[in-house]
Amino acid sequence: MAAAAFFYLFAGICIASAFMVIAGRNPVTSVLFLILAFFNAAGLFVLIGAEFLAMMLVVVYVGAVAVLFLFVVMMIDVDFAELKAGFLQYLPVGALVAIVFLIELVMVVGTLFADPASLQVAAGAVADAPAAGVTNTQAIGQVLYTQYLFAFQAAGFVLLVAMVGAIVLTLRHKPNVKRQDIAEQVARSHKTVIELKKVPSRQGV
Amino acid sequence: METLLTVLLILGKSLLLLVALLVFIAYILLADRKIWAAVQLRRGPNVVGPYGLFQSFADLLKFVFKEPTIPDSSNKFLFLLAPLITCVLAMASWAVIPVADGWAIADINVGVLYILAISSLGVYGIIIGGWASNSKYPFLSALRSAAQMVSYEVSIGFVIVTVLLCAGSLNLNEIVRAQQDHGLATSLGLPWLTFLNWYWLPLFPMLVIFFISALAETNRPPFDLAEAESELVAGFMVEYGSTPYLLFMLGEYVSIMVMCAMTSILFLGGWTSPIGIPPFTWVPGVVWFTIKVSLVFFMFAMTKAFVPRYRYDQLMRLGWKVFLPISLVMVIAVAFVLKLTGWAQAG
Repeated sequence: MAAAAFFYLFAGICIASAFMVIAGRNPVTSVLFLILAFFNAAGLFVLIGAEFLAMMLVVVYVGAVAVLFLFVVMMIDVDFAELKAGFLQYLPVGALVAIVFLIELVMVVGTLFADPASLQVAAGAVADAPAAGVTNTQAIGQVLYTQYLFAFQAAGFVLLVAMVGAIVLTLRHKPNVKRQDIAEQVARSHKTVIELKKVPSRQGV
Repeated sequence: METLLTVLLILGKSLLLLVALLVFIAYILLADRKIWAAVQLRRGPNVVGPYGLFQSFADLLKFVFKEPTIPDSSNKFLFLLAPLITCVLAMASWAVIPVADGWAIADINVGVLYILAISSLGVYGIIIGGWASNSKYPFLSALRSAAQMVSYEVSIGFVIVTVLLCAGSLNLNEIVRAQQDHGLATSLGLPWLTFLNWYWLPLFPMLVIFFISALAETNRPPFDLAEAESELVAGFMVEYGSTPYLLFMLGEYVSIMVMCAMTSILFLGGWTSPIGIPPFTWVPGVVWFTIKVSLVFFMFAMTKAFVPRYRYDQLMRLGWKVFLPISLVMVIAVAFVLKLTGWAQAG
């Protein structure tokens, strides 16, 4: 009873805030509603007992990804009249994507109603349910690092390549900029830095 | 009926914890100022009440009775939401912190992750506050401190991972219990010297990194760039006054307390007594916990008193080029040591 009430609460807020993301006029409020949607999705994860996923969703998406979104959105100056101007032009493409999504969703939900067993078979083929007494952190770790090790490492590699790419794109060494080299500063000693000169009288250096 | 009773019980516990926490913070604030003053050979607040003991309450009344000003060009809803976010999130962390054996409002399996998640949300209060003020200095400073918090969260995460590897659990209670049985004291054959078993000894470099990152994460000096007076007036809170400002300050101190509590849980054995023989074991766990938290806070206050402020590029360098590689290497090293020696706890 309580679980159902919480489900409808989280799901309702999630859908409403997802709607507000696309309906909002100000991009910053859109991002804030996106965060609210993430947060409620995490709540839904907790309700089905996947607390590790819920926390990861909050740490990664809300704590890191959405912060970057917010940064970008706050820094750039978006002119909304200009964005709205091309709205009708892109409508057919958007409508096509929406229709494809709708058809897929109808098919998934349709199969669920027509033959509830089919989805369970599909789920069972992927991984066995964790044994009792195993926390879901351990359960995820056990499949991730054994059965899906290569997929996991490939994902890590893709991220590494993306990271290297981002650094290569932005890193440039300007020639005439003085930079602080802390190791060099620490390594200085009075012998290399101070030069004592005996200045002969009346002659200067 | 039973559900209602549980809800009421949780409400009662939360209220008790919050009141105790807020009173503790009132005195922690005073202690902060007193310690700072003592280092600088001043007296500190000493007028309100004996030895200035009621200073924080006087400050509270002062803030509450001031007139709140909301800038005309600000986004009013977000402007008022930001301090609430900061304060509420900081307090939400306390839901999982065990103040004595099993005394946590929610003793959940993923307690550590919950704390990480909540503290990574703390940055929103700052960004939203800085942006909603619609003013240059708050905005710049909000960006600064958001970048700062995001940077240091990474190394805090890795430090926590090393502790988790040793403890074999994400539950904060289990982490404290795991520190009692194994370690130097046990291998010396003196199991009652519990404090030698705690993780501060084997993971000492991690304790140092965690402490410094905690200073940066909570915007404490020497990393209080968000409110560098000489550059940014008063940081993201320039436009705030009265109760909203009070909420920001309160949230900041509550999250400092969370960090002190985390340091004592992860490295200093949480609620357990430092020496595992009678007169010490009779003392209730909550007392030991409070003592440890206060000691860690003393270090926070001393650091504030005698370390000059970092420059922004130095702060970023320290986070990304020093702490991140060290903690990453330590995670791998600790994992190897645990695996090769078989010290890993079956979790």
